[in-house]
This record gives sequence, structure tokens and C-alpha cells, in this order.
Amino acid sequence: MSEALLEVRSVVVHHGQLKAVDDVSFTLNDGEILAMIGANGAGKSTLLRTIAGLHRATSGTIAVDGKDLSAMPPHRRVRLGISLVPEGRHLFSTMTLEENLKVGAYHARKGPFTIDRIYELFDWMPERRRQRAWQLSGGEQQAVSIGRALVANPRILLLDELSLGLAPIVIERIYNLVPEIVAHGVSILLVEQDVAQGVTMADRIHCLLEGRTSLTGVPTDLTSEQIDHAYFGAELSSTTPPEAAAP
Amino acid sequence: MPLLQLVDVSKKFGQVVVAERISLEIGAGDAVGIVGPNGAGKTSLFAMISGDIRPDGGAIIFDGTDLSHLLPAKRAKAGIGRTYQVPRPFEHMTVFENALVAAQQGARLMGRRSHAQAYDALERTGLADQVNRPAGEMTLLHRKRLELARALASSPRIVLLDEIAGGLTDLEVNELTAIVRELKTDGIAVVWIEHVVRALLSTVDRLVCLAAGSIVADGEPREVLASDAVRAVYMGGKIINEVLPS
Repeated sequence: MSEALLEVRSVVVHHGQLKAVDDVSFTLNDGEILAMIGANGAGKSTLLRTIAGLHRATSGTIAVDGKDLSAMPPHRRVRLGISLVPEGRHLFSTMTLEENLKVGAYHARKGPFTIDRIYELFDWMPERRRQRAWQLSGGEQQAVSIGRALVANPRILLLDELSLGLAPIVIERIYNLVPEIVAHGVSILLVEQDVAQGVTMADRIHCLLEGRTSLTGVPTDLTSEQIDHAYFGAELSSTTPPEAAAP
Repeated sequence: MPLLQLVDVSKKFGQVVVAERISLEIGAGDAVGIVGPNGAGKTSLFAMISGDIRPDGGAIIFDGTDLSHLLPAKRAKAGIGRTYQVPRPFEHMTVFENALVAAQQGARLMGRRSHAQAYDALERTGLADQVNRPAGEMTLLHRKRLELARALASSPRIVLLDEIAGGLTDLEVNELTAIVRELKTDGIAVVWIEHVVRALLSTVDRLVCLAAGSIVADGEPREVLASDAVRAVYMGGKIINEVLPS
């Protein structure tokens, strides 16, 4: 059996006394898009940040190509091919668009994504490359954040809530780029609160509820009722009287 | 007459609207859950009811009296108890002393009566065996219970519970919901903000969903969660049924 590109095994993450991720395991294969879905506080972003090295797991392992990187700092994980597009973009706001991309390239691996290639992907960027990040719109900032992650030439791109705070047309434009990114051999782990978006894009979904895995599967094999149950932890039939539906 | 009435309550922080003319009525002994995504305005709503922040407009009426201009301590005395999302006990005091402060300052009891009230609140919340422990040494579960005990020690007629089930195990959640159900039985109104939906479904009779400072649904809990408006708020722009088989 071929080895998974990313293997997360029995990972537990705490924020102080709060167990944010509780014994979560999954794999991500080459060229695959996996959508991590779930309600607020389910642990999705914590899990993504733990894979990127921004949180330390309390227990469990995170391995790329079978190599455990649980104790590795974030910048070394970038060299191994893990790049994060964080929720809220987190650009260096006083640096220019191009300087932000250069920061992303600092620990870059060899690969197809150069700053020039990013300028081809986002053809509005060259003209505005000297503008400060804070002068860009939310959608433009999101594009720069994606570009900054791509210039490191990741094998695994972690996308955290790309759609947050953006207009639907902007979200559509950004998500339209995903197939092209995957075509360059990048695997994607996508955290998305917009479930329909995640389900439409992904090869597989993984739903978290209160830090634990509540559902996994291929989108076409799942029903909306299964996703409702995994999302809220309860049956929700508007036609069922509450007494009858109670566990 | 409702016990608690919010009339056109509004609040902005800069450009961010956390309450947009919210009107809501809670009856004596009602149990109401509040859900909604992060930033919906849930905790801000509690803070306006408890007096921690002042609304820009509207009125907060409790038992027929407009409390809008009263300080938090006066509202607690009137019968509004609340817990906070991040428990903040007096760390160097014992568990009992923490509850005693609430009984004396909130319920205005003194001497033996305040001690009995504090002990009763700790017993109801399963902390009777922890009374002499410094609050700062407590686990998350016990801190959350102490939050509830402090609210109960102030003799509330309504308690506002802010995410008391988050981060707890299934067993701990079940124990907490049993305590909250007892409050209902005792005629104390409960308004409960919670992301752990199953805890709400086993406890409340009514669910309100907030998004961007407005009420998007209000009614029978399962019907509210199954409504298109709430699914859209929780799961994104498109309704999941549109992209998956039923």
C-alpha cells in the first residue's frame, strides 16, 4: 500500500485546560483535496495550525512521507512542503504586496511557483506590487496570502477559511484557482465553514464536532442528513416532534 | 408579563454591529438557548442584559422595571445572574468563599443565611466536596460549575449561561445539563449560549439563532436548527441540500 503524503494520527491539542482537538486521525494523499468541516469551536483551525507547527500537539503524531514532524518548528515544516494560508490572512500590513510574497519565498522549496508565476495567476498584482498590504481589499489580501503560501512551493497547502468576510463573487474567483493549484501537484487540506463550498471542492470530507471526528467520507456518498447530524451532534428533522426525536 | 424583555436593543463597536434592534421576551421559568456563529453578538447581548456594556439604544426591562441605566451590581440584586465564557473566580479564595461573595453581594444575605445560601449553591452544582479548595487550583469542569454556583448563590430569577459546556467530556456535559434542568424545575428562567448543540436540545424549550447582531430564527429548537436561515448561517451561503442528495 502506498504511503500517505500526510498522516495525522491520534492527535490531541489543548488550549490551557480546554481540549480543542481530541484524538483525531486522518490521511491526505498526493493530489487530494480534503475538506475539514464543522461548526464554530469544533477544532478545525486548531488542527490546521497544529499541522503547520503553530500549536504543539499534546499527544499523537503528524507525519509527512512517514517522517514524524511533531517536534519540528514551523519554518522547517515549510521546507518539508507544508504551507498555511491562515484565517484572517495575516499579511505584513506595512510591507508591500511584493515584499509579502518575498517573505513567503524565504524558505521556499524548488518548484513551479515563483513570484512571476503568482503574477500570472493573479494578473492584477504586477501593477500593484508596490502597494502596502493594508491598502488592498479583503479579496486582494486573500489572494496575496495564497500567493505567499504558494511561492514556498508546498506539497501540502493548508487553507483556513478562505471565504471568511469576502463577497461571494470574490470567493468564487479564489476557489476557481484551486484546480490549477492541484494540477501542479499540490495536495490541499481545506478548512471551510461554508460546507457547500467544501463539499463541492473536496475529494473527501472530515467533519469535526467538539474536537472529535464525527463523520468522514466521499461527498457523493453522504446525505445532507448525515452532515447535519455530524455538524450539530443531533438529528434535526423539522417534521419530527421533539419528543420522538430525543435520544 | 414577561420576566425579561429586550426592546429594540442596539449596539455597535465602531463599524461592527453586535445588536441591531433586538427584541426578545423571556418568561419566568422559560429555558431558552442561543446559538450563532462567532461574532454574532451572543455574549454582547448577555453583557447588555447584565449591565457590563451599555446599549446604544433600546430598553432592557426586568419584571416590569427598566434596568437600562442600572449598574451590574444592581441588576444582580434585581435577580439577574450570569456566568462568563472564561471562568474568572477569585483565585486565592476558597470555593466556598467565592460562592459566599455572591450570596452576600448579589443576594444581600448576611451571617448564617449567606453561608447556607452559598453552601446550597455549591451542593446543587456538585461542588460540596470542594468547599475548602482554593478556586485557582480547580479543573476546567469545576471552574465552570463554580461560575454557575456563584450565579445561583445570588438568588437569581434568571440565569444567563455563557458556554458552560464547551471543552467538557460527554459525561461532564450530561451532568451539567442535569443541573440546568433542575433550575428549570425550580422556576428559574435560563438563557443559555452554547455551541454544544446536543446539550441545548436536551434542556431548552426554545432556541434563538443570532447572526450579525440580528435574530434570524426563534422557535422550537429542532425546527430552528433545521431551518434554511440557520443552516445558511452555520454552513455557508448555499444550502447543503442543494449540493448533496437528500
